Amino acid sequence: MRARKTLALAALCLAAVVLHLLIAATGTQFYLTQLTMAAYYGLVVIGLGTLMGYAGQISLGHAGFFAIGGYLAAALTTRNLQPFQDMPVVRLLDSLGLLAAGQDISGAALLTVTPWAACALAVTAAALVALVIGVPVLKLKGHYLAMATLGFGTIVYRVFLASPYFGEADGIVEVPAFPLLPALGGFGPVVVSGNADQRVLNFYVAWGILVLGAALLLNLIGSRVGRALRSLHSPEAAEASGVATARCKLQVFVLSAVYAAVAGVMLAHFNGGIGPSEASVMKSVRYVALVAVGGMTNLWGTLIMGVGLTFLSLRGVFGVHDDMVFGAILIAVMLFAPEGLVCSGSRVKELVRRLVPGGRP
Amino acid sequence: MSFDLFWQYLFAGITYGSIYAIVAIGFNIIYNATGIINFAQGEFVMLGGMIAVSLLPHLPLGYAIAAAVLITMGIGAVIEVLFIRWLASPSVLRMIIITIGISILLRESALHIWGESIRSLPYFYGNEITTFHLGSVRISPQVVWVIAACAVMMAALSVFFKSTPIGREMRACAANHTAARLCGINTRNMVTLSFMLSAGIGALAGCVMSPITSTQYDSGSSLAIKGFTVAILGGLGNSLAAVAAGLLLGTIEAFSVSVVPLAFQDAIAIAILLLILFVKPHGIFGSSETARLKDF
Repeated sequence: MRARKTLALAALCLAAVVLHLLIAATGTQFYLTQLTMAAYYGLVVIGLGTLMGYAGQISLGHAGFFAIGGYLAAALTTRNLQPFQDMPVVRLLDSLGLLAAGQDISGAALLTVTPWAACALAVTAAALVALVIGVPVLKLKGHYLAMATLGFGTIVYRVFLASPYFGEADGIVEVPAFPLLPALGGFGPVVVSGNADQRVLNFYVAWGILVLGAALLLNLIGSRVGRALRSLHSPEAAEASGVATARCKLQVFVLSAVYAAVAGVMLAHFNGGIGPSEASVMKSVRYVALVAVGGMTNLWGTLIMGVGLTFLSLRGVFGVHDDMVFGAILIAVMLFAPEGLVCSGSRVKELVRRLVPGGRP
Repeated sequence: MSFDLFWQYLFAGITYGSIYAIVAIGFNIIYNATGIINFAQGEFVMLGGMIAVSLLPHLPLGYAIAAAVLITMGIGAVIEVLFIRWLASPSVLRMIIITIGISILLRESALHIWGESIRSLPYFYGNEITTFHLGSVRISPQVVWVIAACAVMMAALSVFFKSTPIGREMRACAANHTAARLCGINTRNMVTLSFMLSAGIGALAGCVMSPITSTQYDSGSSLAIKGFTVAILGGLGNSLAAVAAGLLLGTIEAFSVSVVPLAFQDAIAIAILLLILFVKPHGIFGSSETARLKDF
C-alpha cells in the first residue's frame, strides 16, 4: 500500500515533467498558464473530495473559502496601510516585520502586508471561519447541510460583492508577486506571478503544491484518522466504535477549507487579481461536479478529472456552454455512474468489500 | 420611522412574503411526495415568467399566463420522467446533485433562448404609477394581484388535497409510500404529478411577480434560497405554516432595508436561514417529534 502510494505520487510528478516536456517540444507554452491554474483548482477539488467522499459531507460553499483566501491575500498585499500606520494593529504588524514599504505607480508611499504574512493570515482566517461555521453546519444532514453551505457561500459572495474594501464588482487588481523562496545558491528566487518568463517555474510550483497536497491527503486517508473518516458514513457504528464523529467531520471540513484557501491565495498572486465570480455559487457547484465526476471516494479520480476538466474549461473548449456542460456532467454522472467515471468498475468495490470486513458496501 | 413609511414597508414585505410562500409551497409539494428538495424550484418560477413574456405578443395576458403555467407543468413532468422516475431509491446526496444539475441546465437553456436581458410582464391592471389609496398609504394594484393569487392558490390547493381523489392519493403517498402502494395507488405517477403541480405553482408565482420584480434567466436561484428558507422556517412539508413564515421573512427583509444597505438584503435572509437551521432545524411551527421521523 505504502509503496503503491509513493509510486502513484512519483507518477504524478513524472506526469508534470512529461507535460512540460511535451509542451516545450510542441512549442505550445501558452498551455502552461492554464495548466498552472488547473493545478490550483485541482487542489480545491481534492480537498473537497476528501470531505465529500471520505467524510460523506457535501459542501456547496467551497468557493467561499477559496474567495476568503484569495481576497484577503489580495487585499492585504495591495491595500495601502499608510494612512493607518498609527493604529495599534498596524504598529504591531510593523514591529513584527510583516509590513513592506514600497511605492505605487504615482510614486506615493505604499505600506502593505508582506505576501507571506498575508498568505498566513488569509489561510488562518479561512480555517477559523470554517471552524466557526463548521460546528453548527456539520450537525446538519442531507438537504439541510447542502442548503446551509450554499447559504454560507452566497453570504460570502454577497459580502465581497458589496464591500468597497474588496473592490465590489471589480474585484482586486494589481496583486503583487509572491516571493515563495529567496534566491539560494545558483537558483533564482521562486516567485508566484503571472510573468511570462516565469511560466515554467510557476507551472512547477503549482504542480509541486498539488503533489504535496495529494501526498498529505493520501497519508491522512491511509492513517487511523482516515479509517475513522470512512466510518463516518454510518455514524452510529462509528460512534459505537469510539470515533468522535463530530470532531472528525470538523477536522476534515477545516482541512478542505484550508486547501481551498491556499489555492485562492496562490491563484490571486498568479493571476495578479481576483474578482467576485470566484466566490459565486456556480463555482462551488462546479467543484462538487468535479468531485462527483472523479468518484467521491477516489482521490486520484478527482485529481485527474479536476485538473483535466478545469484545464479544458479554462482553454475555452466548452465555449458559451461552459456552465451547461458542467450541469450536464453532474446529471449524467449522478444518473449513470454515481461512483464516478474513473475506476467506476464495481470490481474494485467488490474487492474492497471483501478485503475490509464491515467495509462500506 | 413615520407611520406611513411603516405601512409602506409592511405592504412591500407582505408582497414579497406571498411570493416566497408560493415558492416554499412548491418545495413542500415535492418534498412531501418524494422526500426530495428540488433545487430547481426557483427555475420553474423563472420559466413561468419568461414563457409568459414570450407568449404575450401572440396571446392576451390571461391566456399567455395560463399557457405559461401549462408549459412549465409539462417541463416539470418531462424533468421528473427523464431524471427521477426511473431511479431506484437514490441517496439524498445523489438527488441533491441531480436537481442542482437540472437547475443549471434550465438556467443555461434560458440564457441561450432569452439572452441576458431583463424582461417583465405588463401590470395586470393599470401601469407602474397606478396606485390606489388605503388611508394614507399608496398601494400598487399588482400587490393586490400577488396577494390574491397567493390566497386563491392556497384555497385551491387545500380543496385539491382534501376533497379530490387525486389529492387524497397524493397525501396518502406523502404519509406512507409503501402503504399507499399497497392500496393500489400508483406512487410513481403521484411523484410526476407532484412535480407538475409544483412547477405550475412556481410558474404562476413567476407570472404574478414579473411586473414588480422583472424576470431574468438567473432570477431563480436567489428565489429558491429564500423559498427554501421559508419552507424550513415553517417546517418542511407544512404548507399553511409556509405562508406565515413567508410573510414573516418578507416583512423582516422589507424592514431590514431601513437598517442595512440594499446590497446586503439577500445576505440577511440567508443569515436568518442559517440561524434557524442551527437553532431550530424543524422550523418555528414544526415539532421536533415529527422532524425526527423524517429523513433529511
